[in-house]
Amino acid sequence: MTNGKVSPESIRQTKAVLEEIHRITTQPWHIMEICGGQTHAIMEYGLDQLLPEKINLIHGPGCPVCVTSLELIERALQIAALPDVIFTSFGDMLRVPGSSSDLLGARARGADVRMVYSPMDSVRLAQTNPDKQVVFFAIGFETTVPAIAASLLHADKHGLKNFSILPANVLVPPAMQAILQSPDNRVNAFLAAGHVCAIMGYWQYGPIAEKYQTPMVVTGFDPLDLALGILMTVRQLEEGRVEVENAYPKYITRDGNQTAQTMINQVFEPVDRQWRGIGTIPLSGLGLKEVYSHFDASTRFDIQLARLQESPLCIAGSVLRGVAKPSDCPAFGTLCTPTNPLGAPMVSAEGACSAYYRYHKVN
Amino acid sequence: MDSNFPVMQGPVCPIPISQHQHIVIGHGAGGVLTHDLIRNVFQKYLGNVILNQSNDAALLRMWQEIPEEQNLVVSTDAHIVSPLFFAGGDIGRLAICGTVNDVSMLGAVPKFLTATFILEEGFPISDLEKILVSMAEAAEEAQVKIVAADTKVTEKGQSDGVFISTTGFGWVNRQYQISGQSAQPGDVVILSGPIGNHGIAVAEARGNLGFRSRIQSDIAPLNGMIAALLDAVPDVHVLRDPTRGGLATTLVEIACQSKVTIHLEEESIAVDRDVQSACDMLGLDPLYMANEGKLIAIVPSQSAERALETLRKHPYGQKAVQVGVVESDSEGQLLLKTPLGTTRHLDMLAGEMLPRIC
Repeated sequence: MTNGKVSPESIRQTKAVLEEIHRITTQPWHIMEICGGQTHAIMEYGLDQLLPEKINLIHGPGCPVCVTSLELIERALQIAALPDVIFTSFGDMLRVPGSSSDLLGARARGADVRMVYSPMDSVRLAQTNPDKQVVFFAIGFETTVPAIAASLLHADKHGLKNFSILPANVLVPPAMQAILQSPDNRVNAFLAAGHVCAIMGYWQYGPIAEKYQTPMVVTGFDPLDLALGILMTVRQLEEGRVEVENAYPKYITRDGNQTAQTMINQVFEPVDRQWRGIGTIPLSGLGLKEVYSHFDASTRFDIQLARLQESPLCIAGSVLRGVAKPSDCPAFGTLCTPTNPLGAPMVSAEGACSAYYRYHKVN
Repeated sequence: MDSNFPVMQGPVCPIPISQHQHIVIGHGAGGVLTHDLIRNVFQKYLGNVILNQSNDAALLRMWQEIPEEQNLVVSTDAHIVSPLFFAGGDIGRLAICGTVNDVSMLGAVPKFLTATFILEEGFPISDLEKILVSMAEAAEEAQVKIVAADTKVTEKGQSDGVFISTTGFGWVNRQYQISGQSAQPGDVVILSGPIGNHGIAVAEARGNLGFRSRIQSDIAPLNGMIAALLDAVPDVHVLRDPTRGGLATTLVEIACQSKVTIHLEEESIAVDRDVQSACDMLGLDPLYMANEGKLIAIVPSQSAERALETLRKHPYGQKAVQVGVVESDSEGQLLLKTPLGTTRHLDMLAGEMLPRIC
């Protein structure tokens, strides 16, 4: 039996780290946590309420569901609506609105849309339903890619002709660069996402930190991990250092998981990708290499997309770039709620708007 | 093919098959097959003097059953669950306990149930029997009788195995003022045990977890425990079972109904370690997971100790704890104090709970 997720000892240590942050902070700093899981944890534990007023946490574009482009969601909806297609996806993509519907709405209208926990579940569905085309919506940051690559290699090995993926994976480092290049950028430092680094390592961040003179600290997800990451970031900023540091050494090495990286590179290659609310970021997505391109659902199914329209009220783009907070949006909590989301950040538990709505509506 | 398919030798008139191992459309046609199913299957497990009279309606001799100064309480509930069988229970136990508990939440003593079965053509009668055994056991434990029942059969594909709708009747002492609208500032919120087990047990049975756990559903009839609680603490303000939507959604409902602010302490809310691990892995929140055998009791602070003592003596309430307090009149909000001492707002579950991606 456990009461709460965090041990009393960890709570005590977190409070001590927070005190230290208060002690050393002398100037205002804008720190972006890149990952939606971290945004979620910060809000869940109310860490932002315990930081010095001078520290402003900016929530980054790190919700893979939120940044999936309207075009890809519309394509997914149309593929899902085809007869003899079983369309599979991770759960939190199912309620993300396209321009007129979401995948759960498509299911209600008769499409065979199924939630899976792993892309291998989709491959198994393809094996047990040889008369159906099974499509997996390949969303996520670097964290979901190894499992997707492995399932695709498995499908290839077994010569499965009825399995395909709709490639929508996105990469963190190009997004960080895009934010730092933006003219309205306010970010002084990044908390890099621990689980992305567990796979990719953090060797890619050095040149970015150097070029933009922006400290980065690899950070985990527990309150204590987050507090430590913030402390190390503030120390760098206060001392005028620019380094890539690791506040999560128990799980993360500089080089990451080489086996996973090899598998990713075997199947995927970087391509330009459109981010919802942000625009196209060069080489920020993963597309299938030529040799595996026959698994690409976007070419397997002939889909004509009409002109797409975002809700004019939604300021998701500014939220995802860290320029605005969810509470700055006139529709936040009134016209746009988790039950009736106008934009993707209100849907996923990792979306900044959803995290604000769930945890921050207290005032 | 059924094993008792008649062997035809010579010029014989084929006698229709009368004993099936699966539900066929004829079981819902009202003729011989229906009667056989009622007599040989339903009455075999659920039968009692009233049900077995086989009239179109049950005659309840109320003057014997309802003491004076009591009101009649009615609740009805439809039960669909996929899969039908899961660790710790099945749709049969759910159909009895769900309605027994709903009737009990007004402080009533449930007495009679009616049950409607929607059966899908092709459903194995052996599975139906397992479900009926489980219903009979739960009804026995809850001390309720099933006094009227109905069966319909749909064509294959038009329903899913079996759906069960139950309606419960019970009597409540007129002096009780138990309702979702009765929470008052100063009251104490008590929870009868750890949360989230039912939701995770069903998810596992669906094969959704991708791993095996030892988590069992907590389905239980709570009327015995509630009767003991009301004997000891007649001034209970609110009773509610946190089923769909979980503890958080249920408490938001109560906060809105009573127009109060409820303040929870996260550290006092127990979650079994396996349930917490499963939730962490899947990105689910135990505060929003379904329970089928837990009780929320909101009582005046001076009665809290007695209420806790009473609940802890009961097998379904051994781990009862105070999890929060009702603070003030307001527009109905639920606040959670985190282990770090910060406060966050809890809202109702929006739509269905979807696992987080990473």
